Amino acid sequence: MRSLIDIKELTVEEIEELIAVAEDIIANPKKYSEVCHGKKLATLFFEPSTRTRLSFEAAMYELGGNVLGFSEAQSSSAAKGESVSDTAKTVSCYADIIAMRHPKEGAPLVASMRASVPVINAGDGGHNHPTQTLTDLLTIHREKGRFENLTIGLCGDLKFGRTVHSLISAMARYKGVKFVLISPEELRVPEYVINEVLIPGGCDYVEVRSLEDYIGELDILYMTRVQRERFFNEQDYIRLKDTYILDGEKLKKAKSDLCIMHPLPRVNEIAVSVDDDPRACYFKQVLYGKYVRMALIMKLLELSAD
Amino acid sequence: MIIGQITEGIVLDHITAGKGMQVYKILGLDELDCTVALIKNADSAKMGKKDIIKIAKKIELDFDVLGYIDPGITVNIIEDGKKAKREKLRLPERVVDVIKCKNPRCITSTEQELTHEFYLADAEKKIYRCLYCESMAKND
Repeated sequence: MRSLIDIKELTVEEIEELIAVAEDIIANPKKYSEVCHGKKLATLFFEPSTRTRLSFEAAMYELGGNVLGFSEAQSSSAAKGESVSDTAKTVSCYADIIAMRHPKEGAPLVASMRASVPVINAGDGGHNHPTQTLTDLLTIHREKGRFENLTIGLCGDLKFGRTVHSLISAMARYKGVKFVLISPEELRVPEYVINEVLIPGGCDYVEVRSLEDYIGELDILYMTRVQRERFFNEQDYIRLKDTYILDGEKLKKAKSDLCIMHPLPRVNEIAVSVDDDPRACYFKQVLYGKYVRMALIMKLLELSAD
Repeated sequence: MIIGQITEGIVLDHITAGKGMQVYKILGLDELDCTVALIKNADSAKMGKKDIIKIAKKIELDFDVLGYIDPGITVNIIEDGKKAKREKLRLPERVVDVIKCKNPRCITSTEQELTHEFYLADAEKKIYRCLYCESMAKND
C-alpha cells in the first residue's frame, strides 16, 4: 500500500506515467468512468478549501466511485480533541483511500503511518501539496509538450508558497530548465530550496525583484498569491500583498506563447482582464488538476482501465 | 587534579569542551548509584581542551544520541583496569526524542503522543530535519 505525501516520493518515470494516464483520461473519459466503482474516497479537510476538495471529489465521481468526508475541522471529531492518528485509523474502516488537508505540517504523514489505506496529502500548512504540483506538471506538459528547455518565472510569495517549492523540486530534475525567481526581498525563496535543490541539481537560476524586466524571457509565468494565513503579522501582509499585479500592460513585453499559471485562488495579483488573454492557462490548470487526481487515485488503488 | 582510574566501566573521552554536562544530563548519569566523574576543560594535545566522563559501571549507552550531540566522542569500555574496546561515534541517520521540533506549525506541536524524529539531511553540514515538517533542527 502506498501513499503520496511529498512529490519527491515519485520518480520521474512515475510522474510521466501519471501524466500519460491523465492525458488518456482527457482523450477517452468514458473508458475510465467505472474504474473506481464500489470504491470510496474520504476527503478529510481540516481547513477550508474549495478547489482541492471539489477537485478530488469530482475526480472520484468521474471514476465511478463515491465520496464521504468533512470540509472543516469543526465538523469533525478533531473539534472534540481527537488526534490525527485516531481519525486516520477510524476513517480507514470506512474508506478505500483518504485525501487529507490539514493546517499542521506533517499531519498527512502521521495519518499515512497509522491508516490502513493510502493517504494523499491535499496540502499540509505551508509544507507540501503534491497534487498541486502534479496539476502544474500536467498543465506544463499540455501547454508546452515538454518539460525540458523551459524558462520558468515564479512570481510573488516564494517564501511561504508551498506550490512554488514543490514545482521547483519537480522541474529541477529536467534538463535545460531555467528558473527566474521574482519576489520582494522579504518573500524570497528559502535558502534550503537554493542549497538543497537548485545548486545540487546544477540548475540555472536568478533571483530578481522586477517582473517587467524579465517577463519577455519566460516560457511559463507562475503567479502566486501573498497568503494572509501564512503571516503572523497583519501589517507585513498588507505591505507586501500588492507588490506584483499582472495586467495587460506588463503582458505586452511577454512572448506570444507564454503560459500563465496560478495555483488559485487569486486575490488581485492577476487582473481579471487577463483572463481573456489566450496565454492565461490558470482555469485550464484547474481542469487538469481533476484529471491528474483521477490518475493518482487509480495508481494508489492499483486500478487500471485495461 | 587526580581522578583515579576505573577498573570496570566506561570512559567518554574527547567530549567537546563545555558539552560534558549536556552529555551527563542526556544520558541520565545523575540517576546512577555508581561513581561518576565529569572532568571539564582537561588539557588535550589534539583538542586543546576537552571534557571527559568516567562511569564506574558498564551501562547501556545510546550511541545515536551521543553521536548526535557530539560525534567526536570516543567511547572506551574498561574491563579489568584495561581498555577492552574503543568506539568512535558517527552522526546517526535518525534521532528520536532527543531534540524537539520548534516549528509552531508542525504537527508535533499539537499531538503530544508523537515522537520527535529527525533525520540526517546533510552529513557534511550536520543538518538534521524534522521527519514531519522538514524544519531544520537547532543544535544547541
